[in-house]
Amino acid sequence: MSVNTYDAIVIGAGHNGLIAGAYLARAGKKVVILERREIVGGAAVTEEIFPGYRFSEFSYVVSLLRPEIIRDLELPRHGLKILPLPSSVTPLDNGDYLAAWADHEPTRREIYRHSPRDAEAMDEYSRVMARAAKAIKPVLSLVPPDPSSMSVRDMLGLLRLGKYAKSLSEKELYRIAKLVTQSSADLLNEWFEFDALKGTKSASGIIGTFLGPHSPGTAYVLLHHYMGEIDGAFRAWGFAKNGTGGVTAAIAASARALGAEIRTNAAVKQVIVKGGRAAGVALENGDELRAKVVLSAADPKRTFLGFVESQYLPDEFVTQIKSFRVRGSSGKVNIALSALPQFTCLPGESPLHKGAISISPSIDYIERAYDEAKYGQFSKNPYIDIIIPSMIDRDMAPPGHHVMSCFVQYAPYDIEGGWDDQKRDAFGETVIRTLERYAPNIRRIIVGKQVITPKDIERIAGITGGNIFHGELLLHQLFFLRPAPQWADFRTPLPGYYFGASGAHPGGGVMGAAGKLAAHEVLRDWR
Amino acid sequence: MLSTLELKVTPFHERTSRLSVAQNWRRWAGYRVVGSYDLSLDHEYWAIRDRAALIDVSPLMKYVIEGPDAARLLHRLTPRDIDRMTVGQVAYTGWCDEEGKLIDDGTISRLGPQHFRLTAAEPSLRWLSMNAVGMDVRITELTDQVAALSLQGPKSRAVLNRVCKDKLDGLKYFRWMNTSVGNVPISVSRTGYTGDLGFELWMEADQALPVWDALMTAGDDYGITPCGILAMDMARVEAGLFMLDVDYTAAPHAWIEGQKSSPLEMGLDWAVNLDKKGYFVGRRALEREKREGSAWRMVGIEVEWEGLERLFAEVGLPPQIPSMAVRESRPIMCDGKQVGYASTSTWSPVLKKYIALAHVQRPYYEVGTSVLMEVTVEHHRKYAPAKVVKLPFYEPAWKKK
Ligand SMILES: Cc1cc2nc3c(=O)[nH]c(=O)nc-3n(C[C@H](O)[C@H](O)[C@H](O)COP(=O)(O)OP(=O)(O)OC[C@H]3O[C@@H](n4cnc5c(N)ncnc54)[C@H](O)[C@@H]3O)c2cc1C
Repeated sequence: MSVNTYDAIVIGAGHNGLIAGAYLARAGKKVVILERREIVGGAAVTEEIFPGYRFSEFSYVVSLLRPEIIRDLELPRHGLKILPLPSSVTPLDNGDYLAAWADHEPTRREIYRHSPRDAEAMDEYSRVMARAAKAIKPVLSLVPPDPSSMSVRDMLGLLRLGKYAKSLSEKELYRIAKLVTQSSADLLNEWFEFDALKGTKSASGIIGTFLGPHSPGTAYVLLHHYMGEIDGAFRAWGFAKNGTGGVTAAIAASARALGAEIRTNAAVKQVIVKGGRAAGVALENGDELRAKVVLSAADPKRTFLGFVESQYLPDEFVTQIKSFRVRGSSGKVNIALSALPQFTCLPGESPLHKGAISISPSIDYIERAYDEAKYGQFSKNPYIDIIIPSMIDRDMAPPGHHVMSCFVQYAPYDIEGGWDDQKRDAFGETVIRTLERYAPNIRRIIVGKQVITPKDIERIAGITGGNIFHGELLLHQLFFLRPAPQWADFRTPLPGYYFGASGAHPGGGVMGAAGKLAAHEVLRDWR
Repeated sequence: MLSTLELKVTPFHERTSRLSVAQNWRRWAGYRVVGSYDLSLDHEYWAIRDRAALIDVSPLMKYVIEGPDAARLLHRLTPRDIDRMTVGQVAYTGWCDEEGKLIDDGTISRLGPQHFRLTAAEPSLRWLSMNAVGMDVRITELTDQVAALSLQGPKSRAVLNRVCKDKLDGLKYFRWMNTSVGNVPISVSRTGYTGDLGFELWMEADQALPVWDALMTAGDDYGITPCGILAMDMARVEAGLFMLDVDYTAAPHAWIEGQKSSPLEMGLDWAVNLDKKGYFVGRRALEREKREGSAWRMVGIEVEWEGLERLFAEVGLPPQIPSMAVRESRPIMCDGKQVGYASTSTWSPVLKKYIALAHVQRPYYEVGTSVLMEVTVEHHRKYAPAKVVKLPFYEPAWKKK
């Protein structure tokens, strides 16, 4: 075999591409992973934006990364450590806060302080959500079946496939079906009364979507975020050592150790088709690489509309991909700080600085933020999910200094008039002004800041549309419908061409399931 | 005055008791020490693996052995080659009875040509004296007089460099040196019970608190965290380190022969210097065992997750395992019969694996052997597929660097 001939080519060295490549190499295949950027990681990268200050540039917390991948690829040996996030806190406008910890008792007491009724409701709510998540979770690791239509009945059928489904009653199954179609506001209003509690909970239902808490379907996203929390010992949100790039660095090291080759600065232009099969790729620089199979781990638009000439794909499929919704709605502001921000509600240094800090005082606050985005503006009072990674991993900033990661919604990709430097600055300023309301010293301690709009996500990370999940987690874009009906099993209408990234089943987040499952399907078809 | 019915407290008690939110105390050699400071072990465990964990290990038994025959005594008492030990060196060792069965284990530090410090888990004065008959040595117990702190984790060196008069960069794995913190003289050894980068600090008990305070202040930028012995218990299993009367029964505590273990069975081959000159207690028996092969071995067991998941899925549950180390015997099976037992098992947060230290019979102790480990699934005994693996389970690159 010549140097440019492989068993398999993987396009894109995001975590899914790296995982797919590692599994293929582990099965003895000669693999190359091609990445357009100079670094690997995709949306899971750590970059030293300002000297001494390191940022998880895009994705900033890990919860869904599948433990079997960690074990199979021996990621701890390659440096992976996931440090737990111990708490979350929502600053309130009156100078108080609402906090939650991993431990049940203090959390209960904390909610009780604000609403005794909610404290009790929370226990039951958690049980219901955990049971629903438990029922749905096994589905994540299944290759989706291929029903031609989607109904509640199909949904239940799918759930019954799940290993744990037999422990669920009919009533619970229907409750899950309802959950899947409801709005998070409706769901939460059924359970709770305290605004900040509802606001904070509802926030996880809108992350990565172009929807508000009152939009139907957002309750499911809420559930999606519960998945990581049900496995006891391996629960909950964590922060990867050395930032999210620490995850992809470990996967890349493992892939290399297993024999995979990784080429950076190697942007793919086109998939080469021979005799009706994918036979290799042509790079932007003119190089051609041959392989028996090609697996794309880039976003669905690039994968099907960019890399493959439309003549090789059925019209109907092309239409479906064209209408696949990838509207970015989130931005990020990464801030280097000379000191710890002083939140009015957390004077000095509090253990709560080690956890998530959420600007989400109520459902209405978030819905209003959404209203502006609907009409093409970024939110003037946005929802912000903050972490201070240097409080968790001291290697992220110089001693005594800090880095702060602010995930912001909403910032529409299609902003009125289009994004430019001025609008980016204004967006950044809005975020700082919002933070200032809760942490008055913030402006004075800023050493540097990086403002990321959805357009920047597209430009830097190479995600068409800038949606953080490569496509919204909407019901009609999930399971066997992701990325298109009948093509959710990681195969594509072009033989020899596979698809395994966040735009495929089971969806986005640093989870790795799509990359792993896609590699398995490739191997299953291997002859 | 402490009544004899109370447990002793360590020289750090004033600090540790105040910091402990959980007030979760554990007994250790007649002392009361912090089991965990926090309600969950996460924060303390990750301090060991990612930051700097400050652990009060004062209850360790400490003896000073001095005199012209000090080296001779230790040479006779332990399977280590004390003649080859230089001043400044620390050696981990077990020591045996005449039948080559472990009595205890600990570390020997060579403080001077005729001057050693020995740590032990159990009172050892009688055994030391019995073996010193006719020798010119002085044996002094300093357990209560010497306070000990273990500072473990990747940032431990950086923290010590901030507080100690001397830099610790040159201090190699299993070496010790004298330095001071403020005006308190301390000795520091590059040792620990976690398998990570780490140090143990030894100081006079009445000067213990200023050292604690200095470390806590200097360590702030590095996320220093007081850590109880429960989190350390998880780390030591990952590091493949065993514990007396948990993972092996001290020979004097055994009721029957079968309860005893030799250092070779415990995987301490590297610390049994059969090539050393002269007699040592248990030599003949260990030589024989070396020739004939050991009947048992302490090995690592790694439970296969998918298999465990299947067992739990049968009753509709995701796997339920305790999130701390469990000191509870669990049968290890192979070929339809019991071939050993796990003595400590734990969830490993860094490896995302369920692991155990186990005694396994020949020939099943070979690395790679597929075995089954008994687990309890909803009150039923089940057998989870597992594998014999090499120890340690986890060894970061910086441990010895
Ligand atoms: C701002 C932001 C915040 C987020 N926060 C979180 C979070 O906290 N937790 C979480 O779990 N998830 C989060 N996500 C989502 C998560 O990061 C993504 O779902 C995930 O990283 C996507 O991984 P992937 O491997 O599927 O694709 P990507 O990481 O997008 O990788 C695709 C790769 O393909 C490459 N590529 C594209 N075109 C070509 C070409 N022509 N040739 C070669 N290579 C090409 C790209 O450069 C990229 O490296 C966030 C995402 C963003 C953007």
